[in-house]
Amino acid sequence: MKAGIVVFPGINRERDMAIALERASGRKPRMIWHRETDLQGLDLIVIPGGFSYGDYLRCGAMAAQSPVMDSIRAHAARGGHLLGVCNGFQILTEAQLLPGALLRNASLRFLSMDCHLRVERTDTDFTAHYQRGQVIRAPLAHGDGNYFADEATLDRLEGEGLVVFRYVEPDGAVTAKANRNGSARNIAGILSPNRRIMGLMPHPEDLVDPLMGGTDGAPLFEGLSAALAA
Amino acid sequence: MTNKPVNQALAAEFGLNAEEYARVLDIMGRTPTLTELGIFSVMWSEHCSYKSSRVWLRTLPTKAPWVIHGPGENAGVVAIGEGLAAIFKMESHNHPSFIEPYQGAATGVGGILRDVFTMGARPVANLNALRFGDPKNPVTRRIVDGVVRGIGGYGNCVGVPTVGGEINFHPAYDGNPLVNAMTVGIAPADRIFLSAAAGIGNPVVYVGSRTGRDGIHGATMASAEFGADAEAKRPTVQVGDPFVEKLLIEACLELMATDAIVAIQDMGAAGLTSSSVEMAGKGGVGIELDLDQVPQRETGMSAYEMMLSESQERMLIVLRPGAEEITRAIFEKWELDFAVIGHLTDTGRIVVRHQGRVEAEIPLAPLADQAPLYHRPTAPSPAPKPVGAIPAARLADDLVKLIGCPDLASRAWVWDQYDSTVGGQTVKRPGAADAAIVKVDGHRLALALTTDCTPRYVAADPEAGAAQAVAEAWRNITATGARPLAITDNMNFGNPEKPVVMGQFAAAVAGIAKACTALDFPVVSGNVSLYNETEGSPILPTPAIGGLGVLEDAARAVGLAAAPGQDLVLVGAEPSHLGQSLWLREIAGQEAGPPPPVDLAAERRHGDFVRARIASGEVRACHDVADGGLLVAVAEMLMAGNVGATLAGPTDGGFWFGEDQARYVVAVADGAALVAAAQGAGIPARLLGRTGGEGLTLPDGTTISLATLRSAHERFFPALMET
Amino acid sequence: MKAVVTVMLKPGVLDPQGKAIGQALSHLGFAGVGEVRAGKVIELELAETDPDAAKNAAESMARKLLANTVIESFKVEIAKGDAA
Repeated sequence: MKAGIVVFPGINRERDMAIALERASGRKPRMIWHRETDLQGLDLIVIPGGFSYGDYLRCGAMAAQSPVMDSIRAHAARGGHLLGVCNGFQILTEAQLLPGALLRNASLRFLSMDCHLRVERTDTDFTAHYQRGQVIRAPLAHGDGNYFADEATLDRLEGEGLVVFRYVEPDGAVTAKANRNGSARNIAGILSPNRRIMGLMPHPEDLVDPLMGGTDGAPLFEGLSAALAA
Repeated sequence: MTNKPVNQALAAEFGLNAEEYARVLDIMGRTPTLTELGIFSVMWSEHCSYKSSRVWLRTLPTKAPWVIHGPGENAGVVAIGEGLAAIFKMESHNHPSFIEPYQGAATGVGGILRDVFTMGARPVANLNALRFGDPKNPVTRRIVDGVVRGIGGYGNCVGVPTVGGEINFHPAYDGNPLVNAMTVGIAPADRIFLSAAAGIGNPVVYVGSRTGRDGIHGATMASAEFGADAEAKRPTVQVGDPFVEKLLIEACLELMATDAIVAIQDMGAAGLTSSSVEMAGKGGVGIELDLDQVPQRETGMSAYEMMLSESQERMLIVLRPGAEEITRAIFEKWELDFAVIGHLTDTGRIVVRHQGRVEAEIPLAPLADQAPLYHRPTAPSPAPKPVGAIPAARLADDLVKLIGCPDLASRAWVWDQYDSTVGGQTVKRPGAADAAIVKVDGHRLALALTTDCTPRYVAADPEAGAAQAVAEAWRNITATGARPLAITDNMNFGNPEKPVVMGQFAAAVAGIAKACTALDFPVVSGNVSLYNETEGSPILPTPAIGGLGVLEDAARAVGLAAAPGQDLVLVGAEPSHLGQSLWLREIAGQEAGPPPPVDLAAERRHGDFVRARIASGEVRACHDVADGGLLVAVAEMLMAGNVGATLAGPTDGGFWFGEDQARYVVAVADGAALVAAAQGAGIPARLLGRTGGEGLTLPDGTTISLATLRSAHERFFPALMET
Repeated sequence: MKAVVTVMLKPGVLDPQGKAIGQALSHLGFAGVGEVRAGKVIELELAETDPDAAKNAAESMARKLLANTVIESFKVEIAKGDAA
């Protein structure tokens, strides 16, 4: 798997992502500076977490307008795999590569803790190494992770099976308490219709090493690596 | 401001007393310009000159074979093995945090980060030691909210995990909260960057944010106590930009990988003045600055304003000749300002030019050498009042009350707002172990990090209390299995012109020195914050200690969570000391008695024993006994592990709530074997009980459910902040 | 010429900040406050001197970057008589 990680000014989880990708694939990902435009030859492009451009106007808004996004759109249009985590998810919605928007957490406070996610769909290259309905743990770290879309869009996402992760209790129950940021329908992660683009708020890349408290995030990267093995 | 005549009255307004102003006149041989007076006043402020504290700080032990750079640099540097160094320091931002809690705390984090990455280290962890006023005081809630948001807002954005710290509440901090921020970074041990300028003619460059009128005279504000007009001082507070800081970290580290840099320092308190004066002064060279070249955010700024501005996220660098272009390219890549604003000279003077005029010309040697140095009078602290009549302890009720009190309640509400995992190296997150454990990327090595101080002990007996703070930091590192290496001290005290306050300071330094010497735990960096008073009333003396230790193998770190089927063993003497304990304060309503005595030889013996047992793999969990005593320590281990226990032993309050020192509770498979091993080594130990079940059964036969414990423990912060 | 762009969350989008402000006002004893919505105001100094052209330019900026029209609506006003 040839993976690239896009680095916008203010991105801060690019090294975490590189560790997780290398651990799964044995191959160092390419770091893509936001002014680069040639993304040919990459199987997977990842937009990691952080605070691109300080998240000053809206989270992800300025990154979504930067030059590299045209190349990322072209990669997506070619059917390339694209993963946006946290700020990366916000950027993908701002760039309208995924529907909806990420609003301020309902509590108005930054949330940093582990959450539990239910894997809703496993016939994707992102989730093939999980079991359907499996509950995994992943760290959250965001101030704006409250997924919003209008009812019609939400119904479409549900109808087409494009909700891939949902915030749940450890036993898999969908509750308001498990949905700490207030997301519509407990949505933590969604897919594009061709299932090649995935955005999610939690950080599976920070839970790939037993030393750091668990490996629930590892199958995501191992699945991608297996599917995209050259 | 610019039109005021320079005279003794203006000097007094700037914080220089008559004698200090006379010395300025003597050095200059003429009346200084406004800009010169501004430079003298900030360089000779308490904040920059340490004029009241220096005579005492000199007595601290600062050396060990693993110390690479002790106090005097931007931060302390210790070798941690495998060719790497840890660089760390703790610094206060108390006064700004009262005036504007969010920005005060945020810029405190930004400032300490710069002190660390300016030396070549990538910051890998932040901690913060916070002291707030009485939770019942309505102002406290606003300050807690702003400070926590500010620390999170800055630390989360720059992408450095906030992994630990401590919080106390006490009415003595009403109107004068303490915000002490600590940053730890990692660098190759042979690639440490220092601040001493060298190379006549070498270019002096300015990088980072542009200069505005923020925070002018912040350093002198930090050196005066608050009056009722503190609110009116608001405009001098700086505003931080963590996004720019993040770019500055990346750009500086990229530049540091080249050989462009001769010397580098951040522009912290007193901004351009302190950085240029200190860099040239340390290098024994002169420096000439052309302020027309300084990147400016506002128009019409005077030389005085530019020299004293405390705009954040700026650095001053002395480059090798010819390195300007590579440096410019790196900073432009990161979209940061870059400007050559001067050069080094052989005159031994700082010369500041602006719009064709020399606005300041000061000889650097006397500015440093003749800086005021006070040996202020000291007076002993009055003995604490004796412990009065106390009720008999009711173990279950008292425990539930204690673990819910402001000083012991769960801090999860706070930690949950700090990104503790960014970087992917956090082995033990806040609350998971006595010290935070952060692995070194690409190595098995890990750092153990903690901040500690028990101000009520220090108030009751400054020397013993300060020694206790050092011992507790050492113990917290030991309890994870790590080897303690060094500390940074952040000395927060009241007005040093009061003999009792100066006496507290002197005794606290003596206590720290004794403990550091006995524990081989030298001081490698530090910061002093004086005049922490409001309306003449001082804070509790608070020498906050930031401790750093190292583990050769991160996988060997132990946390405090007990698991079912383990024996709980007390290592250390059986307790009885209730003086200054939380039980005495919270249950008996007394802040009285001497603090627990500190036996440094016992600390060392017990700690070395526990560390060796952890290294052998025998210890499953370990927790030092501190605030609240033995029963609180056990309850914390059980809540962390979500398991109950049955305890045996005496039923008196002294045993379960005494705060005697040099003690640990360890969870092991075979408690009897551990007790035997300890006793064989001449160390007191006692089997306390065994874990299992859903409740805590006490020696008096009462049982408390885990759910009851947890709900009592977790109530305080949400109740204070979310209702 | 100065353009003032006001960006608000669309009706129907949850506005926790507005809700928190409303609650705080009520805690402070201000009665009779109904729904509170929080937005942002962005001031643009434009070289353009024709008010209509300036408004068009600002609206285009708002659509492209200043507002996220999935969740936000915006309004552009040209400050009158301001030649700065």
